[in-house]
Amino acid sequence: MKAILTLDNLASGLVTTIWTPVFVAIFLAIVAYAFWPRNKAAFDEAARLPLREE
Amino acid sequence: MSFWTRHQVFEKNSIILIVGILLVIAIGGLAEITPLFYLKSTIEVVDGVRPYTPLELAGRNIYVREGCYLCHSQMIRPLRDEVERYGHFSLAAESMFDHPFQWGSKRTGPDLARVGAKYSDDWHVTHMTNPRAIVPQSVMPGYPFLSSTEVDPSTIADHMRTLRTVGVPYSDDQVANAAADMKAQADPDNAGTDAFTKRYAKAVVRNFDGKAGTPTEMDALIAYLQMLGTLVDFKLYNEKANLR
Amino acid sequence: MWFLDGVFFQRESAMPQPSISKTMTTSESGLAFIFAVAAFLCLIASAKALDAPFAFHAGLSAAASLAAVFFIINRYYDRPAALPPAEINGRPNYNMGPIKFSSFMAMFWGIAGFLVGLIIASQLAWPALNFDLQWIQFGRLRPLHTSAVIFAFGGNVLIATSFYVVQKSCRARLAGDLAPWFVVLGYNYFILIAGTGYLLGVTQSKEYAEPEWYADLWLTIVWVTYLLVFLGTILKRKEPHIFVANWFYLAFIVTIAVLHLGNNPALPVSIFGSKSYIAWGGIQDAMFQWWYGHNAVGFFLTAGFLAIMYYFIPKRAERPIYSYRLSIIHFWALIFLYIWAGPHHLHYTALPDWTQTLGMTFSIMLWMPSWGGMINGLMTLSGAWDKLRTDPVLRMLVVSVAFYGMSTFEGPMMSIKVVNSLSHYTDWTIGHVHSGALGWVGFVSFGALYCLVPWAWNRKGLYSLKLVNWHFWIATLGIVLYISAMWVSGILQGLMWRAYTSLGFLEYSFIETVEAMHPFYVIRAAGGALFLIGALIMAYNLWMTVRVGEQEVQMPVALQPAE
Repeated sequence: MKAILTLDNLASGLVTTIWTPVFVAIFLAIVAYAFWPRNKAAFDEAARLPLREE
Repeated sequence: MSFWTRHQVFEKNSIILIVGILLVIAIGGLAEITPLFYLKSTIEVVDGVRPYTPLELAGRNIYVREGCYLCHSQMIRPLRDEVERYGHFSLAAESMFDHPFQWGSKRTGPDLARVGAKYSDDWHVTHMTNPRAIVPQSVMPGYPFLSSTEVDPSTIADHMRTLRTVGVPYSDDQVANAAADMKAQADPDNAGTDAFTKRYAKAVVRNFDGKAGTPTEMDALIAYLQMLGTLVDFKLYNEKANLR
Repeated sequence: MWFLDGVFFQRESAMPQPSISKTMTTSESGLAFIFAVAAFLCLIASAKALDAPFAFHAGLSAAASLAAVFFIINRYYDRPAALPPAEINGRPNYNMGPIKFSSFMAMFWGIAGFLVGLIIASQLAWPALNFDLQWIQFGRLRPLHTSAVIFAFGGNVLIATSFYVVQKSCRARLAGDLAPWFVVLGYNYFILIAGTGYLLGVTQSKEYAEPEWYADLWLTIVWVTYLLVFLGTILKRKEPHIFVANWFYLAFIVTIAVLHLGNNPALPVSIFGSKSYIAWGGIQDAMFQWWYGHNAVGFFLTAGFLAIMYYFIPKRAERPIYSYRLSIIHFWALIFLYIWAGPHHLHYTALPDWTQTLGMTFSIMLWMPSWGGMINGLMTLSGAWDKLRTDPVLRMLVVSVAFYGMSTFEGPMMSIKVVNSLSHYTDWTIGHVHSGALGWVGFVSFGALYCLVPWAWNRKGLYSLKLVNWHFWIATLGIVLYISAMWVSGILQGLMWRAYTSLGFLEYSFIETVEAMHPFYVIRAAGGALFLIGALIMAYNLWMTVRVGEQEVQMPVALQPAE
């Protein structure tokens, strides 16, 4: 790989770098959402959904 | 009221769920595919690669029809053993006119990216008719019916027009003479061979199946196989300039 | 046909009718009209066809369209004046007809697909079995095998289970009256066109997306209807919450639609001919193909079947899913990461390095959510492990999850470039695919069908659990033979290709590596035969379940559990 700053290098570099923190942030948000204490009751209820049919 | 409890958005609203799914799956696809269309470094700058001749194209369609790609790759990787076994590693430019690509994913048989000019036409005819007559341990099916089926020169121009629409640079001249060129390539005595070879650089004119008359599917398929990997002259190829 | 009794028309819903006059609904008359026009157009196309396969397919479609018109009108005359109510006595009036049909077709295509797999495995061991015949040589049968098992068997399992799960977990009747039938019949018609096309040499040669342009267009219509039926049912749900299995089904349906459209834009040479040329060329076509190909694995063979896991394992084990929170993380992480993994099919090819590196990175990361899902499925059994001894259906479901764990470890490993340089182009890939396909998709589908058939046909239980046990062990033995044969042959061939003599020459000619594969191809065929035998036992068991219901279990009175 040449270290010259061309449009090509810049574009492929961007794809692999700036997105990483964005994705980590989104992932953490999903984890927070899943484990938010107030959601526990709703999720426990949802988990029982297939079992209380008919 | 907490944000999280008030908005159990995804579990409660199917439309938002769909939008979420679409956004999430769009990111990966867009990031990996779209740059391949605009980054100039994606396809090397190479001399010699040209669209298929009418007969080669018909042969390629037979290759596709019979599912040859399921056992033969056309993609030599830059690994020592592959380069020594098959030849120079494959360039992106070599398949740039391929709709669809035929890189393959499995080598039950050997790679064919540079099989062109490696064996004689006779060898191919015998091998295609009965592979075990020439390679006793082979597990390839026989394709004897190719010799007895003629190709249809009358529709090949339509195929080339369709390919031109999706981006293959066939000239008006090439399209207009498609049917004649198809016959000429399989018949060295044909009056049109000179005009044909001018239209397609490095194209080989031979009676591939050794039989007189209208070209057969055997002619077409062998014409295709014999040109594979022969277009780029690697003595002139500038590897440094195309380093990616 | 007795087994479809009550399938097309739900007689149980024929309650005392309020006196309304019977009229055709707009969808009945509209659809009948559209099919009548379609029949006419197909007839013209058949007459003007440029090639024989197209003429055959157009003729077949004309006949199928006429059959559809007949079906709609006949159904209208047979049905009561009022459409089936959404609820009867305050309970949802579930629509089981399309589910029964899809379950039946799943079993049918499954056996057909396994049989073709056995045939092509045998052709590789004994090439004389190609018989020099165009229509049944390996190159044409192989797409028939992959499509029959993935799309015909797997697809019908997914449609049947998704229609069941969405109704039950939403406590609502399936949306639409004719639409669900359009989905199941239309989808199976697509399979018929695709499969007969392969035998006749109609293919666009993109692996797992071989059907030509007209089949692709038809599938698009069917698939959008599928999405609308599924979504429509969710929208009229009685439960506030959308159960997580439905998220996975929805991701599967939506993403497959996107992949299908992205990978298949083709321009036909003539609208009266089967041949088309794909819009993408060379390297872009390769990238589109494996973006599609890997996500057909990710969203068809994984997300869809994970939905089955998230509903059927809790239901069968009678325990809630181990961690609902984990399932949410599992869902988003899985669908986000999967879509990037495609380039690992193109390592060391002419695809630019940066794309390959991205594909490898995300493939390795994919190991995490995959195992998160596996743990979630397996741990659902915690506190109920004893059920594995007594319930072979649950055992099948749980072992499928174990196979899922195994192949989702193997996959990321094979996506590492150095490993891939050895494994790519060899049978190792075939073995990897089959540990996922036979072990995970096959077993989870079998488990789901063993649950679904008694539920949908209103039987107390399966005809014979003993036969399920036989099926389980025979099929497991078959899988072990299959994948171990492919591991050995794949790694052996990869090593032989790169072997050098002490003088620095390549040690083996290509044909010597082919010859070395023979014993493993025989073992692989034997494994496939066992898997097929298991499926035949299953078909008999399900047949008898529908026909006679649960077998009387001879149990000594003294052993009856005390109430």
